[in-house]
Amino acid sequence: MHPAFSVIFLTTLIGAGQGLFLALYSGEWFVHSRSGLPYSGEFYVRGSALSMGLLIAGLFASFFHLGRPERAWRSAAQWKTSWLSREVIVLPIVIVLVALYGTAHYFASTPDIAPPHIRREGTLWIGGATTAAVLALFLCTGMIYACIRFLQEWATPLTVFNYTLLGSASGFTLATALAQQYAAELTRYYGMWAVVVTLVALAMRTASLIRNTRIRRKSSLQTATGVKHQRITQRSQGLMGGSFNTREFFPGASPTRFQQLMWSFLVLVFPVPILLIIAGLFTEMAGFFAAAFLAQYLGLLAERWFFFAQANHPQNLYYQTMG
Amino acid sequence: MTQLALVIDLNVCVGCHACVTSCKEWNTSGVAGYLSDDRPYGEDPTGTFFNRVQTFEVGEYPHCETVHFPKSCLHCEDPPCVPVCPTGASYKRPEDGIVLVDYDKCIGCKYCSWACPYGVREIDTHQKVMKKCTLCIDRIYDEALPESERKPACVLACPTSARLFGDIHDPDADVSVAIREEGGYALMPEWGTKPANHYLPRRKTRIRIHEDELVRADNPLKKEHERPVGPVREQTLDDVTSW
Repeated sequence: MHPAFSVIFLTTLIGAGQGLFLALYSGEWFVHSRSGLPYSGEFYVRGSALSMGLLIAGLFASFFHLGRPERAWRSAAQWKTSWLSREVIVLPIVIVLVALYGTAHYFASTPDIAPPHIRREGTLWIGGATTAAVLALFLCTGMIYACIRFLQEWATPLTVFNYTLLGSASGFTLATALAQQYAAELTRYYGMWAVVVTLVALAMRTASLIRNTRIRRKSSLQTATGVKHQRITQRSQGLMGGSFNTREFFPGASPTRFQQLMWSFLVLVFPVPILLIIAGLFTEMAGFFAAAFLAQYLGLLAERWFFFAQANHPQNLYYQTMG
Repeated sequence: MTQLALVIDLNVCVGCHACVTSCKEWNTSGVAGYLSDDRPYGEDPTGTFFNRVQTFEVGEYPHCETVHFPKSCLHCEDPPCVPVCPTGASYKRPEDGIVLVDYDKCIGCKYCSWACPYGVREIDTHQKVMKKCTLCIDRIYDEALPESERKPACVLACPTSARLFGDIHDPDADVSVAIREEGGYALMPEWGTKPANHYLPRRKTRIRIHEDELVRADNPLKKEHERPVGPVREQTLDDVTSW
């Protein structure tokens, strides 16, 4: 498949936004369960704002994928059958819930509005609902790709797990950078979990890479044309120039570039941020965590590019030879 | 239930592309607007087509055959492109089984084209909506046309009658008989899309003649070792009897 930058930015940005929210909420539970830790309201408010910003930026990027963006509102119609439609519905719900979560924290950190125990319970309830919505959004995004059964690289539960884990990893890394500024007591907690989530994501992504090298293609020129012969060669695809079929479904990059991007994401998403986070945890210097997030995000852009470029569409069987 | 479809006979298709040009001509002139056709005589021509004729070489020279292979939307009975559409622009008509795109609802997200294993949906780069074969829906129901012309443009254009059109759910229709009796098959059956369009395979007309069919094995003369004598002079039975 031809990697579309609008979709690469959409999925990586909302992934980071969703991951950041999950980090915020898990941090809040961590603080809630340990009586000794202070409550840094500003951290949650700023974190929610940043998460919302990422989600809205992702939504904005998605419009560039549409031929007719002015009709985008129609895309909520087919939620009964279409995962894309479900994503279109859940994404604004997540944005609104994250906004509510941030607002609740804003009021909770303003002492003269409500007694402490009530306001703390409130944010946890809203956060619980938001977590459900965030997980549903990861499911929708992943299923958009996993539900196309003949794109065999995508048609696996690993796709959903990878979207969830890679988004969460970048979110936890970002939360570590944010905590260093606004909730120093949580830096170590986030740093450690960012490393753990990144490692789990590495395991899952490696599993999908290995799986994808072993795919046995169900379609062949024999099934595509119905001619039972071992040797079939295309002589003409019925057109002399390009067409939508030759542009949309081929990666449009050389095998060398393909390998380069695979290795750059394998380095940038996993070892680099892990080392930077560990360095940051030991030196406690500013900048390490932010650098870790930037490296990981760049790596995720490459990862998403690779995810699309690797998928092999059966329609390509019909478009092998110009002539 | 009606399921309109094309049956394409690969045995007689000569790859002339008349169906392609006829399809393009009809469908670029309709109420739905033109089909993109950029730089048709330039260096890098591109455009939207509902129908393409591709050519495959089967086998290796000299034991090879050229197969011309027309490909358009197969109007699947279980179309994977329809449920993925977020707006409902892509739909299958219950009354005749034609898979259509509502150009006024399509947002051009291209997801349906990803979900079609056959690559028969093409985005129109100017109107920015997804387009595909309509089985000439604006023609097959047009009562202003004589009944013999209420067929898709590609079917009417085919000089070798390689394209049949009809209801594959009607067991007596030409298309159903052809599928049943001429070995009609569907493309990529492995995905369970149940394409309505079928293809008839290449097939040779050969008579198998065994040696004993050339020599009359039970020739009584041969059996009794008698040889026919020269011309008979006297009257034969045929001369004296009449039918």
